[in-house]
Amino acid sequence: MAYYQNIFTQVQVRAEAPDMGVAHETIERTGKGFFVHLFGRFGNAQVGPIYLGNLGVASLLCGFLAFEIIGLNMWASVNWDLREFVRQLFWLALEPPPPQYGLRVMPPLREGGWWLIAGFFLTASLLLWWLRMYRRARALGMGTHTAWAFAAAIWLYLVIGFIRPILMGHWSEAVPFGIFPHLDWTAAFSIRYGNLFYNPFHMLSIAFLYGSTLLFAMHAATILAVSRFGGEREIEQIVDRGTASERAALFWRWTMGFNATMESIHRWAWWFAVLCPFCGGIGILLTGTVVDNWYLWGVQHGIAPAYPHVFPPVVDPASVMGAVK
Amino acid sequence: MRLDFTFPKYLALGYLAVVIVVLSTVSVFLGLGWTVDRVHATQNGYRGTGMDQVKWPAAERALKAANVVPEALDPASPEGDKATDVYQNVQVLKDLSAEQFGRVMSSITEWVAPDEGCGYCHNVENMADDSLYTKKVARRMLEMTRHINNDWKAHVANTGVTCYTCHKGNPVPANIWFADPSPQKDAGVMATNDGMGHPNKTNGSSSLPRDPLSPLLFGKEPIRVAGTTGLPSKPYGASIQSTEQTYSLMMHMSASLGVNCTFCHNTRSFSDWADSTPQRMTAWHGIQMARDLNGSYLDPLKGVYPPNRLGPLGDAPKVSCATCHQGANKPLLGVSMAKDFPELGGVPAK
Repeated sequence: MAYYQNIFTQVQVRAEAPDMGVAHETIERTGKGFFVHLFGRFGNAQVGPIYLGNLGVASLLCGFLAFEIIGLNMWASVNWDLREFVRQLFWLALEPPPPQYGLRVMPPLREGGWWLIAGFFLTASLLLWWLRMYRRARALGMGTHTAWAFAAAIWLYLVIGFIRPILMGHWSEAVPFGIFPHLDWTAAFSIRYGNLFYNPFHMLSIAFLYGSTLLFAMHAATILAVSRFGGEREIEQIVDRGTASERAALFWRWTMGFNATMESIHRWAWWFAVLCPFCGGIGILLTGTVVDNWYLWGVQHGIAPAYPHVFPPVVDPASVMGAVK
Repeated sequence: MRLDFTFPKYLALGYLAVVIVVLSTVSVFLGLGWTVDRVHATQNGYRGTGMDQVKWPAAERALKAANVVPEALDPASPEGDKATDVYQNVQVLKDLSAEQFGRVMSSITEWVAPDEGCGYCHNVENMADDSLYTKKVARRMLEMTRHINNDWKAHVANTGVTCYTCHKGNPVPANIWFADPSPQKDAGVMATNDGMGHPNKTNGSSSLPRDPLSPLLFGKEPIRVAGTTGLPSKPYGASIQSTEQTYSLMMHMSASLGVNCTFCHNTRSFSDWADSTPQRMTAWHGIQMARDLNGSYLDPLKGVYPPNRLGPLGDAPKVSCATCHQGANKPLLGVSMAKDFPELGGVPAK
């Protein structure tokens, strides 16, 4: 019974032949499927058969094009030197058009044109994948909860790279492609707009982000802890609680006086996860468009405390000397 | 259906995972130049603002060793024969006595060209001869030193500077800079990214612009980027790109002075002067000083240098914060050499 008390999934329940899924699923799939023991340690040991369909193929194609445009531009930026490409990979960038191009649809390729093309294909890829996700869920007679959760992430992506730059009138406001470039952009964005930590929607987003990890840990730990009583069959236990659910519920009532139910815990988790990028997107959308300096806005609204001054008075030398800068 | 659990195999896998995690953790510490040295943090602002200065003892020792100040020569009397009476072609140090003039020349040799000697700048057959480019540069540098000591007290205070502050025994100071926009040779139709995405020493190994010094310490592009009012007050303020440029300059300043952002700023609002430390005012004057020196003294020398002393784009070597500071928030750790050399200040250069 200690089998569940391990970082790996210890029990692999496996059919003799790959499972082809529920009977009413009639769409042709590719391959016959096979088992990988190691995959079974983390999830289901069965891989495939897969269904890509027109949407999946179109999405992968667009994603591949975006990936190639970004990668080739990065490679070009180190003079097509493979060694430097690998060495600087995390730093390499594909930057949006500089400010002077505003919202021009097709600036020169070398000055942001490739960024727009890559962004178009990446966006197309994401939207096509969303549609595929929605339609696969419908085909299986499922709810579309996953697609709408994914849509929350796409919302944040679109705000940062598309909606907000349009409201600001400059593609240059958008995020570059690249590992460190997009992180440096994030820091610069916060500095330009007076510290995102004073943005209430940023605060909410962080609360939902950390809240998500907390809920995830609480829920996963609870289910693993009662799996010896069959607690992993949580969906049936929504209506037919059984001893696992009752022990889990009692545990939380004992420790914090209140418990979620087998159904509500998943609503908590879904909403926390969805609200994280949703609030984040609102926060970004308001930045620069409605609020130019979140710290000063925070001072005006009493959310930024004043500290006692511990230094001699500091004044802006430019204001004293009448100079500019 | 069959149940598949082979217990020893799980344990082996688990142990393997633990070994991999331990090895990768160790490799992160050994491989990336991280230090396990003690860190000394000093509180620098009001409690709770996180305005700490972080120092590493080994780095502090190295800094101390690199900033040993040479003994000053015995003072020279300003009385007696004027330098101009004794030497020919004296153009800058005209106000000095011959004794003072000789003291300055001996000191410069020690500070700038200890191995090369007088012949680095002078035609030793005829010391008054101006045929060597180094002499013309040195003459302008003397004017610059006096200009700094007289006119830039807002930055150098009464500590002042001498040739040694930057040169430290090197004919060419170790921390000069040239315009360095991008390593990309011929982009063709491929993206140029405005020189972003390539780590170097100036941008603090980040993806920020490689060369913030050309537009900000030589050019006079605006450094202030943060919004000045809570709500937008103009159609479009500073761009993200100019913010990244400023950010890169700040990385350069931080590394040049061996300090954190919080040496000058309360990072909750970088732009707010009332929350900043007095050092930020000194730094502001330093930026103005670098612009002045690069524009008035260093760049105009580009016609004097031979090609091998110029940058890849043909520009003259210039000064940044690192040129004098070299990792110390006060050059030479605050020791004033200039106080022993009234020849290099005190009297305005005309």
